[in-house]
Amino acid sequence: MGKEAAMDTDRIDQIIDKHQGEASSLIQILLEIQSEHHWLPKEALERVSEKLQVPLTRIQHIATFYKAFSLVPKGRHEIHICMGTACHVRGAPRVLDTVQDLTGIKPGETDLDLKFSLETVNCLGCCALGPVMEVDGKYHGKMVPAKTGDILKNYD
Amino acid sequence: MSEIILQIDGREVKAREGMTILEAAQGAGIFIPTLCHHEKLEPYGACRICIVEVKVGGWTRLVVSCVYLAEENLVVRTRSEKVDRNRKTILELLLAHAPDSPKLQDLAQEYGADKDRFEKVASFCIHCGLCVRYCAEVKKKNAVGFVDRGIRKEISFIPEIASKECWDCKECFPLCPTSALQAAYVLTEALTSSSPSFGPALEE
Amino acid sequence: MVRIKSPAELEELRKGILSKRDPNKPCITLCSGSACLASGSGEVAASLEEEIKKQGLRDEVDVRKTGCHGFCERGPIIVIHPEEIGYFQIEPKAVPEIVSQTIKEKKVIERLLYTDPSTNEKIIHESEIPFYKNQERLVFGSNGSIDPTSIDDYLAIGGYSALAKALSGMTPEQVLKEVKKSNLRGRGGGGFPTGRKWEGSRNAPDEIKYVIVNADEGDPGAYMNRSTLEGNPHSVLEGLIIGAYAIGAHEGYIYVRQEYPLAVENVGIAIKQAEEYGFLGKNILGSGFDFTVKVHQGAGAFVSGESTALMTALEGRVGEPRPKYIRSNIKGLWNRPSVLNNVETWANVPLIINKGAGWFIQFGTEGSKGTKIFSLVGKINNTGLVEVPMGTPLKDIIYKIGGGIPGGKRFKAVQTGGPSGGCIPAELLDLEVDFDELTKAGSMMGSGGMIVMDEDTCMVDVVRYFINFLTDESGGKCVPCREGLRQMYKILTNITEGKGREGDIELLEELSETAIEASLCALGKSAPNPILSTIRYFRDEYEAHIKEKKCPALSCKELISYYIDPDKCQACMICLRKCPAEAIDGGKKKIHIIDQEKCTKCGTCFEACPPRFGAVQKISGEPVPLPIPEEARIIARENKER
Repeated sequence: MGKEAAMDTDRIDQIIDKHQGEASSLIQILLEIQSEHHWLPKEALERVSEKLQVPLTRIQHIATFYKAFSLVPKGRHEIHICMGTACHVRGAPRVLDTVQDLTGIKPGETDLDLKFSLETVNCLGCCALGPVMEVDGKYHGKMVPAKTGDILKNYD
Repeated sequence: MSEIILQIDGREVKAREGMTILEAAQGAGIFIPTLCHHEKLEPYGACRICIVEVKVGGWTRLVVSCVYLAEENLVVRTRSEKVDRNRKTILELLLAHAPDSPKLQDLAQEYGADKDRFEKVASFCIHCGLCVRYCAEVKKKNAVGFVDRGIRKEISFIPEIASKECWDCKECFPLCPTSALQAAYVLTEALTSSSPSFGPALEE
Repeated sequence: MVRIKSPAELEELRKGILSKRDPNKPCITLCSGSACLASGSGEVAASLEEEIKKQGLRDEVDVRKTGCHGFCERGPIIVIHPEEIGYFQIEPKAVPEIVSQTIKEKKVIERLLYTDPSTNEKIIHESEIPFYKNQERLVFGSNGSIDPTSIDDYLAIGGYSALAKALSGMTPEQVLKEVKKSNLRGRGGGGFPTGRKWEGSRNAPDEIKYVIVNADEGDPGAYMNRSTLEGNPHSVLEGLIIGAYAIGAHEGYIYVRQEYPLAVENVGIAIKQAEEYGFLGKNILGSGFDFTVKVHQGAGAFVSGESTALMTALEGRVGEPRPKYIRSNIKGLWNRPSVLNNVETWANVPLIINKGAGWFIQFGTEGSKGTKIFSLVGKINNTGLVEVPMGTPLKDIIYKIGGGIPGGKRFKAVQTGGPSGGCIPAELLDLEVDFDELTKAGSMMGSGGMIVMDEDTCMVDVVRYFINFLTDESGGKCVPCREGLRQMYKILTNITEGKGREGDIELLEELSETAIEASLCALGKSAPNPILSTIRYFRDEYEAHIKEKKCPALSCKELISYYIDPDKCQACMICLRKCPAEAIDGGKKKIHIIDQEKCTKCGTCFEACPPRFGAVQKISGEPVPLPIPEEARIIARENKER
């Protein structure tokens, strides 16, 4: 199935204790877990529910309500296509279409080899460079459909 | 708790401070339709069908009566052109999900709502939240909750909790106006018996 | 760092800092905001440090990595002080020359300067460039002079003097009065009078109160809050502490969206440094006033930027808005009086306290005082962040500052206020931009996003884009918004795909009415604005889509076809080779024809055809001409020579 991030209960406990086990820091705690593991394993959520005495339904809602969280493992490379208004007006939807065709996945999905995860974002704040495609934190500006293939084939 | 007097549909209504317009109206035998309201649960304010027109300080506005607190000298109209028009649209939007719901059909008749006005939607849950809130606030088991947001919002059972608690309980079943709840439960049961998965299914 | 225990000590510290700084010492400021970083200013910075070391100039030249300068189209930007020479679009390879020519020999490098496109003149000083000259950068101006990770830089430009003045020379009521007198209105979208909001909390009978900075900035295309927090976090902190003092709050929160990691980092550093100096914590500047602040990150939800939703998220619950009728400045976070204001609103406060409300009201219009930072993006030459007094005519922002529309295209509309706003058409270009004028025109100020659109933008598609955004971002709790948007999106999609029907416009208007009148929160209530404003000003576009199955802007994929004009085609093979669907048939001297069945409408051929031929056209609302006969497709040698 691919790599399942080995979940370290101690590490989860550490993160929770750092926030003094306060239920109001629930979202902050989940953000840290997501940032470290690149997804939210089910066991992590159950542990958080137990330690913070917060119902699992609330955690489940938060984990699905917010875009920052993923309940499935992410690929090795995360592609973010900006779909902000300025980028949209400059042609971002066509860039997205092409990337979808090239990778075989739609936004929110990860491919079977766990190579690429695709996500749309609502504004990266680099509107002067629009349309923008960001891969693993690296920004590629002034994107057109024809350029996407060349950029993506550099990643393995 | 002091007593206050307000006006609903031209009638003088007595209420206690801290009551909502809905409570005051119900106390006086005045009917206001509701879908997401339940006397054992905290007011939710989601279906918006209990909207009424209030006049306060020269301003007329639409408010949801299940949340808005009754005030001294408040003038309330439970029916008006604006109120009825909005209720009709709300019903039509919900009927796109659950055209066969008896509760929706009754209200539809009253407000002239056409169940075929809008394109049909696959899921017949109308998000009244009664099941989720009942399980959280009354049973305190939290076996079912919401997931996601916007038009992708749905209800979802936690299989591990549901398999333990729901079979002997099912108190939320009669609350559901559309039977979407029962369907969700049956589906969860079917999935649980094979493998305990949680949250959105992993991509095949 | 020494803890500062009184305003007098603060002034001592400031004097000390300034004495160690020589205003004539060469200083290279390099814009290191997120957008310039994306353009490569990180590499430029590394190059600069290396070159300066190499040339042995470490002690003679300062390098300061500052926050966003605002002229994002021309980044990375370097400004050399004290001469204030502005160099633009700098690449690492230009660095050695800059150091040896401009720093060492005081010679200006012409090709790195800004060229005014209308006069072809090269402009040396940053402030004389039309983009900057026509702005009034009261709040944003300091970004270019300070390193946001250095509190001493902020102190050197007078930072925290407003705080000292408020805590030692004014009572909380006096601070409140000054803010009320200034008529400052919220810069986040609501435009609610800030002084009145504060007053409500001040008068609320509760021991525990909160102040909150809303740095969620969810409007796509708006990034002024981000640049302010990244570039001048202390200006926001100072304003927050003053506000807390005015209303009697001792705890504050800064809610930053997690999509802004640099802002989160810089705010964190600023808070730590402020704590070390004693501007946060107990007994601030010896005044007896205590105040601490925490940073909370958002997790990716537009609706959580709504004030009641944000407070719910701060409580650790799902950030959905609350259906309540009691204002949050009376019952907000944890049901306590809470003043929530936008980043820009807080950043205005130190200015108002330092220079007085009387100074502030000189700027702006009767109903909207002060300045506003706008993000000018989209089809515009000078993309960036601009700060102008309220009341500036829209056409000045777009043409004088923005430099007009690229490619000589015609201006069509500017969308203001994000997904909650509306589109302002060309006939309203004289509009004097302030809260009330924008509302009158059917739009709103919102957080200050200005998306410029030209003749190639389809207004129906833009609306569909916004509604799509909102269907995803809606909290999903209430029926008028969730279900209303769901159906609106279906109708709009049908219209853009040629499946629109008579009555669709009226249906959209009806759904809009219900959303406005019955939604739970401002997201739902304002969601119809893009629809209603485009129906008001661009109804003909809707009707063309519905009645003629035509997209006048030639944009909607399902309604356009690409066609190669046989009279213009020179059979150069460029489009044929680039077509990703292999849909073009032709050869070296054989006129190209697009196979409409295979064409995916990606537009590559349209971009690829050399401008001097311009053979690829977009057609809408009429059938594609039949292909010319085979014999006519061969371009004879004689034809070409003629």
